[in-house]
Amino acid sequence: MLVTVNGDEYAVDAPVDASLAETLRGRIGLNGTKVACDEGHCGACTVLVDGAPTLSCITLVHRIDAQPVTTIEGLRDHPLVASFVAADAVQCGFCTPGQIVSAVALVERCPEPSADDIRHAMSGNLCRCGTYPKIEEAIRRWRG
Amino acid sequence: MARLIRTQKEVEGRFEDLWLVVEEDALEQWPAGPGAVVGRPAARIDGFPRARGEATFTADVRFAGMLHAAVLRSPFAHARAERVDLSPALAAPGVRAAIGPGDAPELQPECNYEGAAVAVVCADTPEQARAAVELVRVDWVELEAVIDSEEAVRRGLLIGTRRQERGDRERGLAEADVVVEGTYRTQTVLHNSMETHQSVCRWVGDTLEAYTSTQYVWGVRDELASRFDVPGDRVRVISEYLGGGFGSKADAGDYTLLAAELARRTGRPVRCALSRREEHVAAGNRNATVQRLVVGAKADGTLTALGGDFVNAVGYSGWSAMTEGPMQMLYACPNVMTVTHGAKLNMPPMKAFRAPGFVEGTFGLECLLDELATKLDLDPLELRRRNHAATTPGDGRAYSSKRLLECYDRAERHWERRHAVRARSTETVKYGVGLASQVWFGGGGPPSYAWVRVGADGCAAVVTATQDVGTGMRTTLAQIAAEELGLPLEQITVSLGDTASGPYSTLSAGSSTTASMGPAVRAAAADAKQQILELAAQRYESGVASLGLEGGSIVTTAGERHPLGELVGLLGNGQILGRGARGPNPAGMTVLTFGVQVAEVAVDVETGEVTVERIAAIHDVGRVINPLGASSQVEGGVIQGIGHTLSEERLVDPGSGRVLTRTLDAYRMPTIADVPEIVCELLDEPDPHLTNLGSKGLGEPPIVPVAAAIANAIRDATGADVRSLPIGRAEMLRALAEARERERSRGAPAAV
Repeated sequence: MLVTVNGDEYAVDAPVDASLAETLRGRIGLNGTKVACDEGHCGACTVLVDGAPTLSCITLVHRIDAQPVTTIEGLRDHPLVASFVAADAVQCGFCTPGQIVSAVALVERCPEPSADDIRHAMSGNLCRCGTYPKIEEAIRRWRG
Repeated sequence: MARLIRTQKEVEGRFEDLWLVVEEDALEQWPAGPGAVVGRPAARIDGFPRARGEATFTADVRFAGMLHAAVLRSPFAHARAERVDLSPALAAPGVRAAIGPGDAPELQPECNYEGAAVAVVCADTPEQARAAVELVRVDWVELEAVIDSEEAVRRGLLIGTRRQERGDRERGLAEADVVVEGTYRTQTVLHNSMETHQSVCRWVGDTLEAYTSTQYVWGVRDELASRFDVPGDRVRVISEYLGGGFGSKADAGDYTLLAAELARRTGRPVRCALSRREEHVAAGNRNATVQRLVVGAKADGTLTALGGDFVNAVGYSGWSAMTEGPMQMLYACPNVMTVTHGAKLNMPPMKAFRAPGFVEGTFGLECLLDELATKLDLDPLELRRRNHAATTPGDGRAYSSKRLLECYDRAERHWERRHAVRARSTETVKYGVGLASQVWFGGGGPPSYAWVRVGADGCAAVVTATQDVGTGMRTTLAQIAAEELGLPLEQITVSLGDTASGPYSTLSAGSSTTASMGPAVRAAAADAKQQILELAAQRYESGVASLGLEGGSIVTTAGERHPLGELVGLLGNGQILGRGARGPNPAGMTVLTFGVQVAEVAVDVETGEVTVERIAAIHDVGRVINPLGASSQVEGGVIQGIGHTLSEERLVDPGSGRVLTRTLDAYRMPTIADVPEIVCELLDEPDPHLTNLGSKGLGEPPIVPVAAAIANAIRDATGADVRSLPIGRAEMLRALAEARERERSRGAPAAV
C-alpha cells in the first residue's frame, strides 16, 4: 500500500494487523512517534491523520487509505516546538512529540486557546514527569 | 591529593559503609545569587532533540538482524512450574530461541510473585515473539500465597526489622498533657515511566553492549559483568536518553539479563521490552504501608513522645524503606521509638520510588501532628515551629545547613490565605488549607568524576558517564562548566550515559546527581581553566594570578582582554583536558533537605470529591543552578504527589493476589486537567559546608509533603480525618461520616 507521511509517499508492505505506529517506526523508520502503552490510553503516539489527532498505536495502517499523515518529523519547525523548549515543557521527552502533535491540532482549530481549551484538548496526553503547567504555558505562548 | 577514607554513603535513605578514595575539594564556593550562567533560567540544551523526536531512546535502538524477546511471566502469586514445554514455541514462525528454567538464573520454576519470569522466546518480529510465548506449555501447581502484610508479620515472614529508640517513649507519654493515636495506611503505587523498562543487548567480539533505559549505567555494567563473568570493561552500557525512571530503573532487571543471554545464544542483537501491562506487575512499585502512630505533647505543644509501628509491604524481595525516617528526623522530641517491619509477600517486589519511605512516613506523621494541633487548639504552623530541631535529633550533630524556619516564614503568606479560603465554603462544598513539613536526604557524595575538554575552537565538552532521567542534568552540568570557564552556555556540550566514553558517575537517584556530579564538573572545569591561564601567562607574558576567564576572553587585572579563541586557536588539534572529582561530604555534619508545602482544597461533602486548588511549595535545597528546570522538578513532584494522594492505586484481588489494574486507564495518573495552581519558592542559599557548589538535590523533596498537606487541608475544610490513601470518594465519605458521628456523640451540632 501507499502511505503519505509528511508529504512523502511510501510504499509499505504491512500485514493486515499492522498499526500505523509500528509502520511509521519499524517500516518507514520515523522514530519520533513514541509508543508508551500500545493500547490507546496515553496519547504518546499521537499523529495527525487528515489534520485530526489520532492514536497511531490503535489505528490499523490499512485503514489510512489516501489520507495524509503528519508526524512530529513533519512539524519540526512548527513554532510550538520552540515554544515547548523555551517554556521547559520537556522533561524526559518521551511523551513530548505526542504532546506537540496534539497541541498543533488544537492551535490549528483554535489559535488563541483559553486555559480550559488547552486542558480539554490535551487531557488525553499523559506526562508522568508532570510537565503539565509548562505545557499549558507553551501552548498559551505558542506564537512567541 | 587523593585520600582513602572509610565512610558512610547514603542513597534513597539506605546507608552503607565503604572505602572511598576522595580528592580534596579545594575550590571556594561562588558567592550566593546568580552568576553569569549559574542561577539563571536556562532552556534545556537537549530540548530540541527531545521535542522533535530526534533523541534516540532505548525504544528507538534498532540493529540489523535484531531479534525481539517476549517473556512468559507467572500468572499466579505463588506457583511452581512442574513442566515447561518449549517445543511448540520453538516450532512457531520466526522463532530463533526459547529458554526456560535451568537455562538462565533469571528463569526459575518456582514463581514467588505474579510477573516472575519463567521462560523467554525470541523471534524475528515482536508479534512473532508474543505469539510464540503464548504457546509455551506449563504445568502449574499453585501454592499458598501470602499477600497481606500484617499476616506476614504475624507469621514472621520478614525482610528486616528495625528498632530505633532515643529517650524513653513510655515516660514521654506519661509526661504528656495530650496523647493522640492514629493508624495510617498508604497504598501501592506504580512508577509508570512513559518509556517501559527495556534493553537491547549484543555481543561485539567478547564485549557485551547493552543499550538500556537505566538510571545507573555503572550499576548495570557491574551486574552484567558479574552475571556473564567478564571484566567490567568488557561490558559497555549505554543510556543516552531515557523516558523517565523515578527510582524504578536503578538495576539491570531480568529484561536486560535475558536479552544478553539470548544475544549470546543466538549471536544476534536482542531487544527485550516490557509491555505496559508487564510494567504494571514486573517493574517495581512504591509499596503499601501500615503505620500505627502515637504522639504525646504538653499543653503548649512541646512534643514529649513519638512512637510508630510501621509495616512495609515490601513484596517477595527488595528492601524495607525508611518509613520511620520523618518521625525520627523531623522534630526535636526527646523520646522517640519506632519499629519497622518489612513484610515478605508473594507480591511483586518494590523498587525505590521518589523518596521511598519518606512520602509514606510524612503522610502519617504530619497528619498526626495536625490532629494533635486540633486537640490542643494550636495553630499547626506554630506547633511545628515550637518543635523545630536546631541540631540533629538524637546525636546532636550540626546540620551543614538548615533553613526550615525560613521556609516556615515564607509559608506564612500562603497560610494566611486560609481565612479567606474557608470563607468560600457553601452548604455542599467546603474549602480549607493545610500544610506539612518536608525532610529528606539529597546531599549526594563521592565517588563521581568528570572531565572537561577544551579545543582550538574555544568550545568546551563536559565528559561524564552519568544519566539524564529527564531532570535536565545535561543543562545543569553545562551551566556549571560555563560559569567556571567564563563561556556562554552555547559553547558547552555535555556527554553522558555511556560507560565506555566517560568516567564513573553516581546513579541518578536519591536526589543526588546535581549534588554529586555538579562539584566534579566544576572541579574539572577549574582544572582546564588553570591550564588555559598557565598557557595565557606564557603567551601574554603575565602572571597567572593576574589572569581570569570571562565572557569568552582571557582578562587581565589591568583590564586587557584577549579572546580565548586567539590562545586556544594555537593548539590546532591539541586539547586541554581538565579532570575533576567529587570531594567528601563535611565530616561530622548532617546533610539534609527541608521544606514546607501549603495546600488549598475543595471538598464536595455530598459526593466526596476532593479537588486540589493550589499548592505552594517552599523548599531549601541549597544553591539552585537552573531556576527554570528546578521549577519543573517541583511541579512534577507535586503533580505526582497529587496522583498518589487522590487517584492512584494498584488494586490486587484479595483472593488470588493478582494485580487488577494493568492498564493506563485502570491505573489513574494525573492529567493536565487535574493540575492546580502551583507556586514554587526555592530559598536558593548555598549550603556553606557542602562541596564547591553548596547545591543539594531537588528531584524528591517536592513529592514528600504533598499527601499530608492535602489531607490536613481536608481536615481544615471539613473536620474529617482522612487516614488512608488514596483519598477516593469512598474514603472521603467514610471520614466525613466518622466526623459527623464524633460531633453528634459530643452533643455539638455537626460541622458538615
